[in-house]
Amino acid sequence: MGLLEIAMDLLAELREKFPKVVLEVLEKDALTIVCRREGSLELISYLKEKGFKHLIDLCGVDYQGYKSEKKPERFEVVYHLYNLDEKKLIRVKVLIPENDAWQYSVTGLWKTANWFERECYDMLGIVFKGHPDLRRLLMPEDWEGYPLRKDYPLFLTEENEWKGYKEFLASVRGAK
Amino acid sequence: MGIEGTVEVGKDIRQIPGTPVFITPLDKLFNWARAGSLWPLTFGLACCAIEMMATGASHFDLDRFGIIFRASPRQADAIIIAGTVTKKMAPIVRRVYDQMPEPKYVIAMGSCACSGGVFRTYSVVQGADEFLPVDVYIPGCPPRPEALIYGLVQLQEKIKKESGRWGFWR
Amino acid sequence: MSLYVEVIKNGNGKGEPEHFTINMGPHHPSTHGVLRLVLELDGETIVKCDPRIGYLHRGVEKLAEHLNYNQTIVLSDRLDYIASAANNIAFCLAFEKLLGITPPRRARLIRTIVNEMARISSHLLWLATHALDIGAMTVFLYCFRDREWLLSIFEKVCGARLTHSYVRVGGVRLDFTQEIIDELRRFTEEFPQRILDYETLIDVNRIWLKRTRDVAVVDAETAINLGLTGPVLRGSGVPYDVRKFRPYDAYDEVEFEVPVGERGDTYDRYKVRMKELRQSNWIIKQCLDKLKEVEGEPVLAEEAPDLLLPSRVREPEPKPHPKKGFVFTGKELPVVPPGEAFASIESPKGELAVYVVSDGGPNPWRLRIRTPSFVHISAIPELAKGHMIADLVAIIGTLDVVLGDCDR
Repeated sequence: MGLLEIAMDLLAELREKFPKVVLEVLEKDALTIVCRREGSLELISYLKEKGFKHLIDLCGVDYQGYKSEKKPERFEVVYHLYNLDEKKLIRVKVLIPENDAWQYSVTGLWKTANWFERECYDMLGIVFKGHPDLRRLLMPEDWEGYPLRKDYPLFLTEENEWKGYKEFLASVRGAK
Repeated sequence: MGIEGTVEVGKDIRQIPGTPVFITPLDKLFNWARAGSLWPLTFGLACCAIEMMATGASHFDLDRFGIIFRASPRQADAIIIAGTVTKKMAPIVRRVYDQMPEPKYVIAMGSCACSGGVFRTYSVVQGADEFLPVDVYIPGCPPRPEALIYGLVQLQEKIKKESGRWGFWR
Repeated sequence: MSLYVEVIKNGNGKGEPEHFTINMGPHHPSTHGVLRLVLELDGETIVKCDPRIGYLHRGVEKLAEHLNYNQTIVLSDRLDYIASAANNIAFCLAFEKLLGITPPRRARLIRTIVNEMARISSHLLWLATHALDIGAMTVFLYCFRDREWLLSIFEKVCGARLTHSYVRVGGVRLDFTQEIIDELRRFTEEFPQRILDYETLIDVNRIWLKRTRDVAVVDAETAINLGLTGPVLRGSGVPYDVRKFRPYDAYDEVEFEVPVGERGDTYDRYKVRMKELRQSNWIIKQCLDKLKEVEGEPVLAEEAPDLLLPSRVREPEPKPHPKKGFVFTGKELPVVPPGEAFASIESPKGELAVYVVSDGGPNPWRLRIRTPSFVHISAIPELAKGHMIADLVAIIGTLDVVLGDCDR
């Protein structure tokens, strides 16, 4: 039995309740719902009410230059939700356009989303509206650029080195 | 050497016969004391710190070499850079190093501290020697405890060969 | 702002109590690595706690996009470096899902054994450091003695003590020899007695009880909301264990219990982990018995791909033995199909999830690693509120965080 048949009721319900939000339902390794940004927060909070209480993961993906498939937007924010009672996993993908990269924050629903969203902002530059404390998490606060974007280099050469590190090296080498 | 009436009992050590008086260069005395009680700082950064802990714990037992981990940089002689140094962490490593009193020694433990290792990325410092004077490099990912012990013994050998690193002018 | 310990007074001049802002870490012996905590204190009570991480951010996720699938397994070792084998398994499960391969049964049993060995060695290190932080030195020495035994077995298995890279896509690299099986049997016979030794040392120790009872209490609902997983969640009474809920490898054919706590405090989490040590020991015993049934079978799937080189076309050559690991199969290279896969495992610290997106090329397009330590550190402000500053060390210890795992 496929994943779609198992979750038939849930999907029918979602399609009925959020006809404009749900764009596509895919059967990959987990049940995947691709949805629009507007209304995605309502969809996710509805899913939480339906028992998907455990937010396993929240991450962003950059699809710039993705070859095997035409992606409608550059970014995606991917939520992995888990229903602890029915043992079901669901994946919600929210499409984020490139020049208007923001998404609604789910920190009101899950406290654990706080750091996930901060990390996503830090790494990909997606702004989360409604986040209480959106700062850089892993990188230093004056770091330039978003490392996980595809146009960011893996290794920084001397020209585009972080200026904090440059200053530090200059101070150390000057003292020697 | 020609100090009248003394007997050579070891290399550069002479004894006045019949007395508990020995004559030796001050360098040798200091170096002997320093090499015999090398206190490294407990400063773990990443994976290598676990091997460093294992070296200090029951099985490998660093205390045999007079090496006891100290938690404060003010009381430490050597710092073991055990793990990957990131650009965010580098100023703090340097600050801890600056807090240590002279004479101080640096051991770069593991590939990451030696050269950046596999992590040739935007956030990793390509070797601790970019901002610290490293005395001993220990390769390995992570180095085995035996390798760390060998590195520490090498540092002791290095200390024994030093000269003039004492006095109020240092 | 200063990075080292510095005290700043911020009284507001309105007669309200003065709060101190104090900095703990990143170089602090009991923050388990390079964790930095900015604490706001009222006297000795923590009013606000703001963890700062990223001091060990090595860019693993970015680096993985520039390496091919097998090479990323090496990076996975260095995430949670106390239980490398568990990370290897999580990565391999995700890649196997993407490729549609199932490892042979012998390989799955061996993986289960290796995973449980990693769990034991991780829990031993947790107990050692947790006890050391609270002030019990002897437990530290006892635990390291037994961990050394386990590491020597690991060394016989794959040649490495910490960073194994033993688990590969489609199976494991080498088969277990009889010597390893015998040694493991001896270990499993002896180990329950060792657990008893530790418990004798601290189970009813008055200092231990005072330091752990009613410290950092989390109820089940909050724990799920905070995203806590693993022994921390089970200490709060939620029997969520990925091994039971979404069985992988050979966990559906072994019997084990999922221990849960009642109160959800530090002591309960300690008890849960001690019970887990016994369960892991039991799982290893069962798997060793089952290994006899699949004697001589391959440990690497036939269709396990050679992902070493990015080229797609290979000259045909005679098929080598699958036990030899990743050698050129001579078949046309099965390209990693485009798509995405999500795999999660119960690592010793909690739920470790890997989400991989492929574009059909030799490198992953995106490799997302959801690590338990990251989530657990994000929960420290909630847990530490209202506690004394001395309890903070116990809280960090009980969450069992590893900064390599957290910062990636």
